[in-house]
Amino acid sequence: MATVMSPRGGGAGTKLPPKISTRNLDVYYGNFHALKNVNLDILPNHITALIGPSGCGKSTFLRCLNRMNDLIEGARVEGSVLLDGQDVNDPRTDVVALRRRVGMVFQQPNPFPMSIYDNVAYGPRIHGIRKRGKLNEIVERSLRQAALWDEVKDKLRQSALALSGGQQQRLCIARVLAVEPEVLLMDEPASALDPAATFRIEELMQELKDRYTIVIVTHNMQQAARVSQYTGFFLKGELYEFDETATIFTTPKRRETEDYIRGRFG
Amino acid sequence: MRISRLYEMWRRFANIASLTITAVCAVVVMAPVFIILIYLLANGIRSVNWEFLSSLPKPPGDEGGGMANAIVGSFYMVGLGLLLSLPVGVGAGVYLAEFGRSRYGNAVRFMADVLNGVPSIVIGISVWALLVVPMRSFSALAGGVALSFIMIPMIARTTEEMVRAVPNSLRAASLSVGATYARTMWSVVLPAARGGIVTGVMLALARAFGEAAPLLFTALGNRFWNLYLDRPMANLPTQIYEYAKSPYQDWHRQAWAAALVLIAVVLVLNVVARMSTRERFRALR
Repeated sequence: MATVMSPRGGGAGTKLPPKISTRNLDVYYGNFHALKNVNLDILPNHITALIGPSGCGKSTFLRCLNRMNDLIEGARVEGSVLLDGQDVNDPRTDVVALRRRVGMVFQQPNPFPMSIYDNVAYGPRIHGIRKRGKLNEIVERSLRQAALWDEVKDKLRQSALALSGGQQQRLCIARVLAVEPEVLLMDEPASALDPAATFRIEELMQELKDRYTIVIVTHNMQQAARVSQYTGFFLKGELYEFDETATIFTTPKRRETEDYIRGRFG
Repeated sequence: MRISRLYEMWRRFANIASLTITAVCAVVVMAPVFIILIYLLANGIRSVNWEFLSSLPKPPGDEGGGMANAIVGSFYMVGLGLLLSLPVGVGAGVYLAEFGRSRYGNAVRFMADVLNGVPSIVIGISVWALLVVPMRSFSALAGGVALSFIMIPMIARTTEEMVRAVPNSLRAASLSVGATYARTMWSVVLPAARGGIVTGVMLALARAFGEAAPLLFTALGNRFWNLYLDRPMANLPTQIYEYAKSPYQDWHRQAWAAALVLIAVVLVLNVVARMSTRERFRALR
């Protein structure tokens, strides 16, 4: 078995059990070997950033964690992804329940064409919460967590599509938070946003990391350096290096990582 | 290179002439609609009055009377057709859009297109054999079924196109908060496609409302009130046909009036379809 890329233990020598660990993870799209033997441990209540050039497999890796690859025709996943020790690829795993625990925020803001309120209430409703009061409470809490409440509290019944891009993305985060996931996967959540909106999202991530395990894919290395505690560098489908973010950005062990970070390719 | 003056003039003339021809063709496309409207208005408007809209046909030879039963019958059977075709059409459309990239899906799509092209008189005869003969009676039910055969492929194909046009990102968003595929369809994809589906349904309704051929051998027509499913039912298109070929001047007058009512309903349905499309674009902004 290849070496497992694992974060070093927490400060006082305590070693947290990983929230997610992948073992010998391979993904194929038809004949294309998109992800090669990835072994990685992700710590709870930290932000883990995944960086690398386009097509390196980082988004593919992210989609393995809540089985969104199921939706891609011709995708085949081998190896195991353990969430709290349970294999998500096990045929007995309930995908619907898994995705509730592992929420995802996408590159393009994708609010539903409904009101702001209904967008956030969508998840709780499909999980059976019908009571008005309870829903109101969840909507307000989620919007507050996503730092959007003050901007929209007077227009909850208006179309979500009327919001700005940055607001839409925070709405999408609120929508995910409303089902109280344990893990938050973010696939380049700020790449379609302007700098001010990006800053808000990054701020938000810092507030959320105490309660959630966050994995973020980003093209923006400054962003990875700013927000994350751990960083993984992917290249051509392989996980080249994984370490504390500070280490990756100051003294990477591998030549390719350094080249990428210095902007020599990618 | 020298281009002769004559040739230059010919080129200009050809250019202007071709553009003029396209403009004339464009006018010709609109002309029939106006001709129909003007003709119907001229001949029918005086006869569309309260008596026409609210009373039953008088016996042959008597002046006056109206087509209340045919107007209600047309709405009744188109409504019945909608009841039958909406679930089937939308269901099949969703299937084709989401899972239709298979050989089976292609077969279904092809069949729907064939059904769409089947002459409506043939649909009428088929439903006659299928329902009228076994039930030993012309019936509103047979009429509704025949109209649903016309509407199903239209609704299915529009639904397919509209559902397919819903961005995948919405499906992903719904699935990623733990929704099932079916729930995603119901609560996100279909509502997002609703505007377009409504447009398709409106156009299908307009088409069904004007069809005479499928009703000739199924609903037949009726000079009296009937609201029972298993008995012949009056309707505007066959009534127009009946009255137009009759020898009575007064019936001709009423046929014009019925035609005007028919075209008015079809126009309203088309306009509503247009407006719901506009609504959709506003929603998606």
